[in-house]
Amino acid sequence: MFSKILIANRGEIACRIIKTARRMDIKSVAVYSEADATALHVEIADERVLIGPPPSGQSYLLADKIVEACQRTGAEAVHPGYGFLSERGAFCEALKAAGVVFIGPDPHAMAAMGDKIESKKLAAAAGVSTVPGYLGVIADDEEAVKIAREVGYPVMIKASAGGGGKGMRVAYNDSQVRDGFRSATNEARSSFADDRVFIEKFIEQPRHIEIQVMADGHGNCVYLGERECSIQRRHQKVIEEAPSPFIDAKTRKAMGEQAVALAKAVGYKSAGTVEFIVDANRRFYFLEMNTRLQVEHPVTELVTGLDLVELMIKVAAGEKLPFTQDDVQLRGWAVEARIYAEDPLRNFLPSIGRITRYRPPIEDQHTRVDTGVYEGGEISMYYDPMIAKLCSRGPDRATAIDHMRHALDAFQIRGVGHNISFLAAVMNKQRFLDGNLTTNFIAEEFPEGFQGVMPDEDTLDRLKAVVAFVHNRIAERNRTISGQMPGYQPRPQNFWMVRFGGINTPVFVGDNAGAIEVRVGGQVYALATAWTIRDTLWTGTVDGRMMGVQIDVLADGYRLYHAGADLKLQVMTPRSAELADLMPVRQVPDMSKFLLSPMPGLLVGLAVETGQEVKAGQELCAVEAMKMENILRAEQDGKIGKIHVERGASLAVDQIILEFD
Amino acid sequence: MQDVLARLEAMRAGAWLGGGQKRIDAQHARGKLTARERIELFLDEGSFEEWDMFVEHRCIDFGMEKQKIPGDGVVTGHGTVNGRPVFVFSQDFTVFGGSLSMAHAEKICKVMDQAIKVGAPVIGLNDSGGARIQEGVASLAGYADVFLRNVLASGRVPQISLIMGPCAGGAVYSPAMTDFIFMVRDTSYMFVTGPDVLKTVTHEVVTAEELGGAQTHSTKSGVSDLAFDNDVEALLQLRRFIDFLPLSAREPAPVRTCTDPVNRYDYSLDTLVPPNPNKPYDMKELILKVVDEGDFFEIKPDHAKNIITGFGRMNGSTVGFVANQPMVLAGCLDIDSSVKAARFVRFCDCFNIPIVTFVDVPGFLPGTAQEYNGIIKHGAKLLFAYSEATVPKVTVITRKAYGGAYDVMSSKHLRGDVNFAWPSAEIAVMGPKGAVEIIFRGDAGDPAKLEARAEEYRQKFANPFVAGSRGYIDDVIYPFGTRKRVCRALAMLRNKMVQNPPKKHDNIPL
Repeated sequence: MFSKILIANRGEIACRIIKTARRMDIKSVAVYSEADATALHVEIADERVLIGPPPSGQSYLLADKIVEACQRTGAEAVHPGYGFLSERGAFCEALKAAGVVFIGPDPHAMAAMGDKIESKKLAAAAGVSTVPGYLGVIADDEEAVKIAREVGYPVMIKASAGGGGKGMRVAYNDSQVRDGFRSATNEARSSFADDRVFIEKFIEQPRHIEIQVMADGHGNCVYLGERECSIQRRHQKVIEEAPSPFIDAKTRKAMGEQAVALAKAVGYKSAGTVEFIVDANRRFYFLEMNTRLQVEHPVTELVTGLDLVELMIKVAAGEKLPFTQDDVQLRGWAVEARIYAEDPLRNFLPSIGRITRYRPPIEDQHTRVDTGVYEGGEISMYYDPMIAKLCSRGPDRATAIDHMRHALDAFQIRGVGHNISFLAAVMNKQRFLDGNLTTNFIAEEFPEGFQGVMPDEDTLDRLKAVVAFVHNRIAERNRTISGQMPGYQPRPQNFWMVRFGGINTPVFVGDNAGAIEVRVGGQVYALATAWTIRDTLWTGTVDGRMMGVQIDVLADGYRLYHAGADLKLQVMTPRSAELADLMPVRQVPDMSKFLLSPMPGLLVGLAVETGQEVKAGQELCAVEAMKMENILRAEQDGKIGKIHVERGASLAVDQIILEFD
Repeated sequence: MQDVLARLEAMRAGAWLGGGQKRIDAQHARGKLTARERIELFLDEGSFEEWDMFVEHRCIDFGMEKQKIPGDGVVTGHGTVNGRPVFVFSQDFTVFGGSLSMAHAEKICKVMDQAIKVGAPVIGLNDSGGARIQEGVASLAGYADVFLRNVLASGRVPQISLIMGPCAGGAVYSPAMTDFIFMVRDTSYMFVTGPDVLKTVTHEVVTAEELGGAQTHSTKSGVSDLAFDNDVEALLQLRRFIDFLPLSAREPAPVRTCTDPVNRYDYSLDTLVPPNPNKPYDMKELILKVVDEGDFFEIKPDHAKNIITGFGRMNGSTVGFVANQPMVLAGCLDIDSSVKAARFVRFCDCFNIPIVTFVDVPGFLPGTAQEYNGIIKHGAKLLFAYSEATVPKVTVITRKAYGGAYDVMSSKHLRGDVNFAWPSAEIAVMGPKGAVEIIFRGDAGDPAKLEARAEEYRQKFANPFVAGSRGYIDDVIYPFGTRKRVCRALAMLRNKMVQNPPKKHDNIPL
């Protein structure tokens, strides 16, 4: 066995690999870029090597630097994680030449599976069912039409070197094929410098289901069940689970055996994933094989009880798989949700910055958190915006989802935007609970994008009970102030109005010697909680229902986060509420059409001009103040109107820099 | 007897109705509450003791003798906020437009006199059209009587003005001399001369809102300490604010039960200061993570944002926070920030509120605008205020403490009681680059040599140890333990007793 390995990655996956290495008594070496000097994976590793500046092209993607780091630290093997160098054959060769073991498949298997067309041919030869289509090079649009007719509509035109949805077109008739062929070719050329495209049958209502395989160098290969990854947003997986609610034992066995056959055909070693697309009749077709550890591998670990990273290390060290296919058993259900730094309310715009609060739910037998950050850490603009992977486990799917909901409610992140509300919203969709998934789930369930969540009446009443209880406790504590008038006897104040959405709800809080009863309108809720005023997370039961509610105390109310809802509620005495009803609704002047200078300073850069279309997040200009450069970005898509100042102008605070049309 | 009771009830009913239902409705239609509704919201329920409900004006000119309304346009008295006594006057716009008559002024003076005697805050809810013109000079005399009391009360009991309607001309000078001015957006304005006069005299065209609205005064002029969206929010926040203040200069800052452990570590503070010294960070995060329960009441949040001032609690007791804000103008001191902080420091010192100062200051803002407008004198105000303050003073230098600004920011030399530095502190006359350009002027043409010199300077001065070796800082502390160390320092200083030499009063560079 190795005594020291290097992890050629960052973030949660680097941390996760280090943990397993530590358990196996293997020393770990982290590599890091300048942007990651204080990152979690660097901190928890036994050794660390700086490999370059922040952009990954100058650090994490440099094979030479990694090899050099291995030589310097005496690491005997490298685990590449996922992404970065994990599927680069040249990297394996470079390691081999330096006498360092690559924890993963051999380069020939990697190369065989790396090309979409080649891999399909190999799969077909190995008896794996593939999507009907034509894998040869297509000369022109007329040939494309001919092939499309043979395959049968609808068809999908795909870039041979493609990925991430680029160079993909769906066509339902001849003219769409002509257009699609041309645009896919162009996009493929500009994105991948390779304009080859192929045509295959387009599967409607598709589900993305993949088989985890594990092979050693001694001819043994097993499949570890499937994962369903149909919940995707723009081809980016968001929620995964194991097993799939759609797959029966027979299909599982058929898929597993084909996956193993493919792995054996290419002499595969280590962990790999064979992706299938499955249609409504449970017919499955080979999509591609990923020759690395997948992001979503934890759900497989949770249902099989195996540690895939441990197995990968053992196999790389030349050991045999310690079990056979017959030993593999799937127990219970596991769900994974990917926590991204992005703003779901603003079209999932990536969010960067300092994480001022980071409190993941407590890990226990139901909950696993794979984290790459910590409170006070930074989400940088250079890398993938994934913050963590949250997994839950239960004996059945419904229980696992229930644990996931509670875990999401308890997950506190502030400082950067995050998608927890969106994930919670998915967890509450009936269609998700029914397991009725396709890769179009998000597009169909959120046709207008994500608009936030409004809780149902009962949940809203429970939230009102919680907020009134919290307010009552705070008001009670505030009456403990020193300097009160002699003989002051506070009037018992336990009748409140909860104000939300222009409606006052009368709430009576009975909080006596441990028994808490809150009457909201006509309904009485019994509360049980250990909450104290300093806690930002309220946990407890409301009439028997376990609830986690994040509460931020604002100057004039409370902001509550629960089950994807983000609500501002106020609590007042009935008289205050009555008077508050007299207050006019303030008309906030609409300044969204203007870009204002946030500080006095110098306009050192102007990145746009009048009439230009800009996307949300795009740089508009740069303001320098006290030698610091601050980039101002567009908050939403729009068109630049008048520009009021020139480059080099000095700006006052709130001065108008430019207008949007 | 029955007669008297009937008369009493009739007078009460008259007083309660103020200027009549029509005017009350008009007041509501403007988005404003009445004088009595405001008091009701502000005080503990049922605690208001009204005085002088039967006072009427004594004017006999212009038919005024026929128009008398009990109370004469101002509701006065006392009550409690969470059980602590406060005195309050609330001008009633429905009665003669809230205009100030001699009798009206006398009512205000009466509560102020009593507040000073018993040692309790005075809260003014201002909503007045100005002088009662029918009374002539008597009304002006009334104003002056109030002004004088504002001055005599200053530094003895907290005085807070909440501007909830018009406040123009000489009337502005009473709030101006109180400790804090809060305003309500859209419904209040303050100016010495209004838009009409401006138009005839200087031909400037400006609306009342632009000239003296809450927005103007809470951002541009700094006259207002806070702006609120409406009457209800303003009054409920005023209750929250009162809970931070001692009743008078004779009493210690209030204490209340605290659920936040004093020894709470916050490891995220270890990464608050970025490795790059030219990168800003949000100093407010430090304050919010150090104070009890993250509860911070900021004063002047939208004016001179390069310095943060406000109240919080440490282990249940009120503390005033002053902190440079690197997010705005790199946290430098300029005219506005110096004046903002100086006034805040002096308030804390008046009322026994310990001052915690977080320092990250690259120096004073350069420029003709600053020099021509007297940064010398204004900057000196903050220096003066910190120097004369005798309350407990705890200072934490988080990053830069450069030049004269280092001295100003509650340094050891100005009787700072406990001065801490984070490991990231750089205490020096200026930053490395500027320093070597002066010390090694001869090497000006040789950037490589200068960079080497700068590195030497960085090694020597860009750390807390030179200051530490001289005892100018008491300890270098880990950021994560800041709350614990500051709480301990404040506990140790609880009985601090220092008196400035006797004098009539000092001569702060106004």
